[in-house]
Amino acid sequence: MCLAVPLRVVAIEGTMAEVEMGGVRRRVSLVLVPETQVGDYVLVHTGFAISRLDEEEAQETLALFEEMAQAAREEEDERPSPTAPDGPDGEGTSG
Amino acid sequence: MTQAALRDPVLAQRLAGEILKMAARPVRLMEFCGGHTHAILRFGIRARLEPKVRLLSGPGCPVCVTATADIDAAIALAHLPGVAVATFGDMLRVPGSRSTLMQARAEGADVRVVYSALDALDLARRELQRQVVMLGIGFETTAPTVAATIREAAAEGVPNYTVFSLHKLTGPAMRAILDAGEVRLDGIIGPGHVTTITGTQAWEFLPEEYGISCAVAGFEPLDILRAVRSLVLAIAEGRPRVTNDYPRSVSREGNRVAQALMAEVFTVESALWRGLGRVPASGLAIGERYAAYDARRRFAEAFAGVLYDAPEPPGCCCGEVLRGVLEPTECPLFRRVCTPAHPVGPCMVSSEGACAAHYHYGGAL
Ligand code: SF4
Repeated sequence: MCLAVPLRVVAIEGTMAEVEMGGVRRRVSLVLVPETQVGDYVLVHTGFAISRLDEEEAQETLALFEEMAQAAREEEDERPSPTAPDGPDGEGTSG
Repeated sequence: MTQAALRDPVLAQRLAGEILKMAARPVRLMEFCGGHTHAILRFGIRARLEPKVRLLSGPGCPVCVTATADIDAAIALAHLPGVAVATFGDMLRVPGSRSTLMQARAEGADVRVVYSALDALDLARRELQRQVVMLGIGFETTAPTVAATIREAAAEGVPNYTVFSLHKLTGPAMRAILDAGEVRLDGIIGPGHVTTITGTQAWEFLPEEYGISCAVAGFEPLDILRAVRSLVLAIAEGRPRVTNDYPRSVSREGNRVAQALMAEVFTVESALWRGLGRVPASGLAIGERYAAYDARRRFAEAFAGVLYDAPEPPGCCCGEVLRGVLEPTECPLFRRVCTPAHPVGPCMVSSEGACAAHYHYGGAL
């Protein structure tokens, strides 16, 4: 029940939006995320958008994973048994 | 953001390998959320990290933590003449002390499955001759959606819509588990969609008061591994902290609109949890301002016969499973007597229940 899925907003009318899911359109409420615009990806939970996905953060997450993969590759190539972890702390730390 | 990129098996293997190298000592982490439990088992993450990093399931399945007595009350409501109970589908087969909502429906009670509380409100608008009661089940993710329908009903003056609010708060449940001291935990994988609403600030008490870290995670395999990595790193460094490993959806402040709506409609009170008992300040009841939309007040007669000390289904260990004390596979009824087709307890019914997750994906363990 707590599973929310990211869907693209294709149209907005008042507080309702049309989102696209595998070619099927459905209506969701935007009352919890009123600043949503057409083209945004929103997380939809039980018929309501609960957040607007931050595209920049999404790209950074992908870049971070790429970086981790790269680091792992290099480590495998150069140092067969590393000791101290010194990887990136991950962005978005909230303290 | 592409889902495939977040499920890249090669990268997942690498990340898992890195986590195992980083873990200075064996650690025990609890994923609060049932959605995480499913992803962790489905993608084989738990098996891959064991035994050095043990992942334990927590109480984060709203259907599972709903008390037997509250299910009895929902069934009693559905049997009232002229009342239709609207519920998310997961609740239908959860056993009360004598019956289920599904059985009640077979006996003639009016039970409707809805995908959204909005559908229940629409039903009330369409069928004015009926009283529609929405079962408000869910944590901070769902509570604001139900609150939105109450406010809308009030603004419009819909006379036949009420909510039976069984909404619960995740923070107090986490505290109850830690205070009980039954399981030793080194870190918590924070629920991604609950925290989308509450913000990571809601988990700051974990490092501050309990000295343990919390990493908020999304639901794809790499999201989860990223959070596990943050926790293992924080443990290795001896610096407990909250990290946001789902920044594309989660912020420190959370969804302020949703928080304000919850505060407007609900008031915080104690709540009965399966497995945890009565937990102070862990439930959301409908406040004075919207008292007219409270099913507890409008249909007080349905609650008169409910036994609040109703026993759990005999032999079912859901309570222990929800506290992380027992693995579903350690329940004597698991798979032998209790299956998704014939569930004994709610942990086998719900799509977020740990027993259902182990039943469907546990073969890999
Ligand atoms: S396997 Fe069934 S009986 Fe056992 S704890 Fe899970 S839900 Fe309860």
